[in-house]
Amino acid sequence: MTGLLSNALLLAILSSAIAAIAIVFTGEKRRNLREGWTLLASFLKFGFIASMIPGVIAGERYEVTLWELSPGIELALRADPAGLLFAVSASFLWILTSFYAIGYMRGAKEKKQTRFFAMLAVCLSATVGIALSANLLTFVVFYEILSVATYPLVIHKGSEKAYRAGRQYLTYAITAGIALVAGTALVYQMAGTLDFQGGGFLTSEMAPTSTLILAFLLFFVGFGVKAGVMPLHSWLPNAMIAPTPVSALLHAVAVVKAGVFGFVRLGGFVFGPDLLREIGMAGVLAGLAGITILLASFIAMTKDDLKARLAYSTVGHLSYIVLGVALLAPTAMLGGAFHMVTHAAMKITLFFCAGALYVHMHYTKVSELDGIGRRMPITMGAFAIGVLGLVGIPGTGGFLSKFMIGVGAVEAGQGIFLALLLVSGLLNAGYLFPIVTRAFFRSSPEHTKYDEASWFMVGPIVLTALLSLMLGIWPDGIFNFFSIALEAMHSVVGGGSP
Amino acid sequence: MSHIPVLIPTSLLLTALIALLAGLRSPKWGHRVAQTGVTVAFLFALAGLRAVLTGGEEIHYPMGNWLPPIGIEFVLDHLAAYMTSLITFVGVLVMFYAPRSLAFETPGKETFAYPAMVLLIAGLCGMCLTGDAFNLYVFLEIAALSAYALLATGDRGAPVATFRYLLFGAVGGGFYLIGIAYLYFSTGTLNMADLHARLPELVENRAVISAAAFMVIGLGIKMALFPMHFWLPDVYTNAPSAVAGLIAPVMTKVSAYAIVRLFLDVFPPGFFTEALPIASTIGWLSAGGILFGSIMAIAQTDYRRMLAYSSVGQISYVGLGIGLASPIGMIGGLLHIMNHALMKGCLFLVGGAIRYRTGNVRIPAMAGLGKSMPWTMAAFTIGALAMVGIPPTAGFFSKWYLLLGALEAGNWWWFAVIIASSLLTAVYFLRVLETVYREPAEGTTAAARAASTRLPEGEGEPPASMLAPILILAVSILVAGAMNVVIVNELLRRVVAPLAG
Repeated sequence: MTGLLSNALLLAILSSAIAAIAIVFTGEKRRNLREGWTLLASFLKFGFIASMIPGVIAGERYEVTLWELSPGIELALRADPAGLLFAVSASFLWILTSFYAIGYMRGAKEKKQTRFFAMLAVCLSATVGIALSANLLTFVVFYEILSVATYPLVIHKGSEKAYRAGRQYLTYAITAGIALVAGTALVYQMAGTLDFQGGGFLTSEMAPTSTLILAFLLFFVGFGVKAGVMPLHSWLPNAMIAPTPVSALLHAVAVVKAGVFGFVRLGGFVFGPDLLREIGMAGVLAGLAGITILLASFIAMTKDDLKARLAYSTVGHLSYIVLGVALLAPTAMLGGAFHMVTHAAMKITLFFCAGALYVHMHYTKVSELDGIGRRMPITMGAFAIGVLGLVGIPGTGGFLSKFMIGVGAVEAGQGIFLALLLVSGLLNAGYLFPIVTRAFFRSSPEHTKYDEASWFMVGPIVLTALLSLMLGIWPDGIFNFFSIALEAMHSVVGGGSP
Repeated sequence: MSHIPVLIPTSLLLTALIALLAGLRSPKWGHRVAQTGVTVAFLFALAGLRAVLTGGEEIHYPMGNWLPPIGIEFVLDHLAAYMTSLITFVGVLVMFYAPRSLAFETPGKETFAYPAMVLLIAGLCGMCLTGDAFNLYVFLEIAALSAYALLATGDRGAPVATFRYLLFGAVGGGFYLIGIAYLYFSTGTLNMADLHARLPELVENRAVISAAAFMVIGLGIKMALFPMHFWLPDVYTNAPSAVAGLIAPVMTKVSAYAIVRLFLDVFPPGFFTEALPIASTIGWLSAGGILFGSIMAIAQTDYRRMLAYSSVGQISYVGLGIGLASPIGMIGGLLHIMNHALMKGCLFLVGGAIRYRTGNVRIPAMAGLGKSMPWTMAAFTIGALAMVGIPPTAGFFSKWYLLLGALEAGNWWWFAVIIASSLLTAVYFLRVLETVYREPAEGTTAAARAASTRLPEGEGEPPASMLAPILILAVSILVAGAMNVVIVNELLRRVVAPLAG
């Protein structure tokens, strides 16, 4: 059984990579078949990953080693709780995104759809590869593939603005990638291994503190760019020029979460909480995350463009997760891990809604949304659910994860971050509630009767909204997300109380 | 099996002769002979590779059964097998590629081009196989002379550029020759193995020290080691594409190989690092070259000139490996010889394909090629990403070993240089990538055609004989990345063993 599931590990990554090739060779002329590949691969991929959930919760660790990347360092995959958490959420949301993307791309009559679906599939392979990497070098390989494969999606529109955004994105991403490689080389030099280990494998005896800090800073750049931690965030809002399914899946779930997940690996499995505290970098990270949370909310308020507002909201929420890692308290770490899932569900809902508004009504601005709730009640209802979660109203998944991060802050004796969470909750309400009130409580002569976008789009919207509700009401009900997060936390701190 | 060391160069030399005679009948026949000969040499090289891998021993072959020190000895060891396989591999692919490209770019000159190309490959293989320091000089000049002839057939600027190359090449060769003379006077032998046995007693000898300096400077000029690189950009820019595709990947590398050979197998251990700080000097010059080459490449608007400056930077990675003088660093440098040969070969051949279809290789005119030549541009993308060092392409791994080597040596400057150069490389390649995949602006295609020196032939992908070598090189970049550990463990570790001990 273990052997069989180790194959699942490999197949989880390969399925979408193979699909990408099939998509390219099927081409625009047979687009129904082409979309068939996307859907088939997304279901298979999720199936392979989901099949590992029970075992991993029971303490099993599936592994597969392929070949050596560098003498002594293998291209190796391992399903541990932290990785599985990321893999399950990304691959599940890919299924919904696939349906949505078909509706969106056809609805908006976008060009170069073959390239779009192929690159999206490659991105998913890379994302799951990142999640399931067993060591840092494998992680780097997939991380770089993801960086490069995202580029064609960012420039999809082909406008001058898109190319500018793409250039900025690549500049940031390549710089980050090189910093990451340098940091990895440094860690290998210090430790002689790159295998992830719960609680970290670096110790303060391995190198002088200054070298450890340098390594940390290199990683900070490497992950911080994708995670949108200020001051490395500015590519993210500009990259929203990409088609909405890309913004939704990649810039709210996969790519940016890869950066955040990098911090999880860094704090939990490379440096480890103890060492981060010792070299004083945890405080720096937490401080930067805190500043990002506040500033991003303020900037979001000033944005009238719906996707830009959501982008800054993403920047802020990613830093919640970084904060969860940086607080070094078990409960905060659990909250951070769980926020990876809840934020994914909520933010993808909002982006899906934004895309539906664009395709169906060609609306891109918040100020255009007066009374739209009457015409598109399902879309805007789902939007409202997502908003409630992001603000952190009790009963939603967002509340749960924020609550745990807050408890962790108190545990760690850093009450100031609890205050920060409360303030930021209010700020979130400040820039998100107006959208909902405009939609439902203002009226407009244009919007009098029901008229929704295609079910290819509305269906996924409803499902993601339900998912974000479920995560609050019954956090373990769907795919045992909470148990996996709990296991992930245990694998770092070795069984401390949640 | 034991004849292989000599079979490789002699089969090539013979081929060159027959190819010339056949070429006089018609260039087509010249090409057929050349193609066959190089393929046979490639098979010999592979057999040699297999022999050293399975036998684990080096094969010594005294020419005409005259044992050294009287006769000349050929030696096929791990390093020689590695180099000859690489050279002949690139050679075979370029031979496939050459006919259409040469007929387009230098019509009427093919008859002499094929024998010269074969002679060039023969010279380079001979340099790698010979166990005699003077014989290495002979092969070096064979390779150099055929290279001058080939390069001079290129574009308008080619004769002048090549003449400059000839002058500096002659100086480089002369320096090397002076070094050999000094060595011969001090030791009474020219056989590398004998030199290696006799030199340890003469570490303090002034003549030996000057010999090392002369030889390294001479080879440094030949390998375009910064700041002795200035002959290179003009030469590469004006060369016919097929010739550039052969010379750029392997020629400077073989001079780098010769330095490595002197370092590891001729001079006593530690000589390059302690008696005379040759290794670290090469390392620092290379660090300068990496930055210089990359920055200059950014400033270019001509695709081939950009690649030429990039070559100045990339050969310096090999120099950096020599400079690190540690097993891991040297492995990085040697691995980069192969990786860069594959990448640059691929990129120069892509340049030839673009020229074949559009008439020139100015970067702004490359817009829209992603659509009209998707496969060629896919290969270009792989080559470009490998140059930047994106894993899992081959280009990543040589940089990775060099990074580890720099860290091991505690040399933060070189560590920083490698990182910085990856960024700079990204700047100039990603700019081209973006151009290639965007829609051409109004009128650029027409402007490009107007600026063409020759009217392009046809549209779309290049003919199969040009496309296939490009794709094979692109795939080999990926394969070399995946197989790098095998190459390191089976071949390169043996090569750098003198450093470990």
